[in-house]
Amino acid sequence: MRIVHYLNQFYAGLGGEETAGIGPRMLDGTVGPGRLLAQLLGDQHQIIATIVCGDNHAASNATAAQELLDLARGAGAELLVAGPAFGSGRYGLACARLVAAADAAGLPALATMHPDNPGITDAGAAPVVAAGATAREMRPTLRRVAAAIAKLATGATLTAQDGRVVKAARIGRLVEQRAAARAVELVLRRLGGDQQSTEVPVGGFDAVEPAAPVDKLASATVALVTEAAVVPAGNPDRLESARATRWLRYPIEGIDALASGEWESVAGGFATTAANADPNRVLPLDAARTLEREGAIGRLHGEFMVTVGNGTPVATARRFGVEWAAELRKAGVQAAILTAT
Amino acid sequence: MERSGIPTAVITNLVTIAEQVGAPRIVPGRGIPYPSGDPSLSPQAEQAWRRRLVQRALDAVATAVEHPTIFEVDVVERADA
Repeated sequence: MRIVHYLNQFYAGLGGEETAGIGPRMLDGTVGPGRLLAQLLGDQHQIIATIVCGDNHAASNATAAQELLDLARGAGAELLVAGPAFGSGRYGLACARLVAAADAAGLPALATMHPDNPGITDAGAAPVVAAGATAREMRPTLRRVAAAIAKLATGATLTAQDGRVVKAARIGRLVEQRAAARAVELVLRRLGGDQQSTEVPVGGFDAVEPAAPVDKLASATVALVTEAAVVPAGNPDRLESARATRWLRYPIEGIDALASGEWESVAGGFATTAANADPNRVLPLDAARTLEREGAIGRLHGEFMVTVGNGTPVATARRFGVEWAAELRKAGVQAAILTAT
Repeated sequence: MERSGIPTAVITNLVTIAEQVGAPRIVPGRGIPYPSGDPSLSPQAEQAWRRRLVQRALDAVATAVEHPTIFEVDVVERADA
C-alpha cells in the first residue's frame, strides 16, 4: 500500500520553533521517524512521501488539514499516517485534524499520540493509536503503529487490542438482566476490590461547572495567572520548561508593566522571541494596571502565579488549579485572568 | 479554578482546545506564542489591543455562563495599525 506520512516541522528536520509558522509542504520519501516506520513496515507497504506543516500554522489555520490532505492525495496516498505527536498539543491537534479530514474523505488514516494529548478529540471517528508520552518511546510506539497500519490496510477496524485509544462509544443492545440487578452486581464487584468495571466508560476531561460571575467588578480583586512560564530573567527558581512538577508566584505590587530583560518566558513548547521582546504579550500586566487605575476593577492581586503548560499532565495541571484557587480565595481574590499558550 | 468558585477567563489562541477541555470563559488571542499580544501591530496599537483583550476578559468573569463560552474581541486595530 502507498502511504503518506505527516510530520511537524521539528520531526521533519526543518527546524524548531523558528519554523513553526511554515505552511503545508511535501518531501519525497521517508523523513525522520518515517525511516524507522518504513523499516518496521517491511516490503508490503511503502511510505512514498512525507507531508509537513509547522505546528503554529497547522493549529491556527482551519484550512491546513484540507491542504495537507490534498497534498497526500496528489502524491497518490492509499493510506495516511500522522505522528507520533506524543504529548505535544499543537502537533497532536494537527495530526488529529488531518486524519479526521482524511477519514471523512474516505482515505484510510490513523494518527498516533499520547492518550492525554489535548488534540485527540479533534480526530473525530478516525482511529488514534496510543503513543508514549515523549520521543523516548519512539521505537515501541512505531512498532505498534506499524502493526496497526498493516491491519488497517486489510480494511479491518482497529480496536483497543491494536493500541487504539477508544472513545466511549455507546451502542444500544439488549441484555438479560435489568438495570437494578446489574447496578447491585457492580456495587458488589466494587466492594470486592474491582475499581475498573463500569458500563459507561468516561474518559478525557471532566465537565467543569462554571463559577458564578463577579458581582461588582469595580470593587473586585482580580489575579493574573499563566501557564506561559513567565519568570524573572535568569529563572532564579528554576521553573521547568516542560512537564511541570510545580508552580511559582512572583510579587507585582508597584510594577506597571513587565519589562523586557527583567522578565522572560522559559516555556519549552513555543518560540519565546515575541514573549521576551515584550513579556506583557504573555502576561498582560500593563493593560491590567491601566484598567485598575481607571477603576474597571477594584484591585489587581499583588502577585501572579505561574507554571508551564508544555507537556504537563492533566492530573498535575488539575492539582495546580485547585491549589491556585485555594490560594486566591484565601487572599480574597474574586476572579482570575489566565493566559495560555 | 472555576470549579473552586473563581471565575477565570482564559486568553488563548487555541480556542477549540479550551472549549474541549471545558474552560467556561474563553477570550481568543491572536497567536499561540503571544496570547495577550500581537507583534504585527505598532506598539501603540498592540497596547490598545491588549487593553481591549483584558477588558473582554473582565467582561467574561462578570458574565454568567453555563458552558464553554467564547468572548470575541471586536477587531479594530488591523485597520488603523
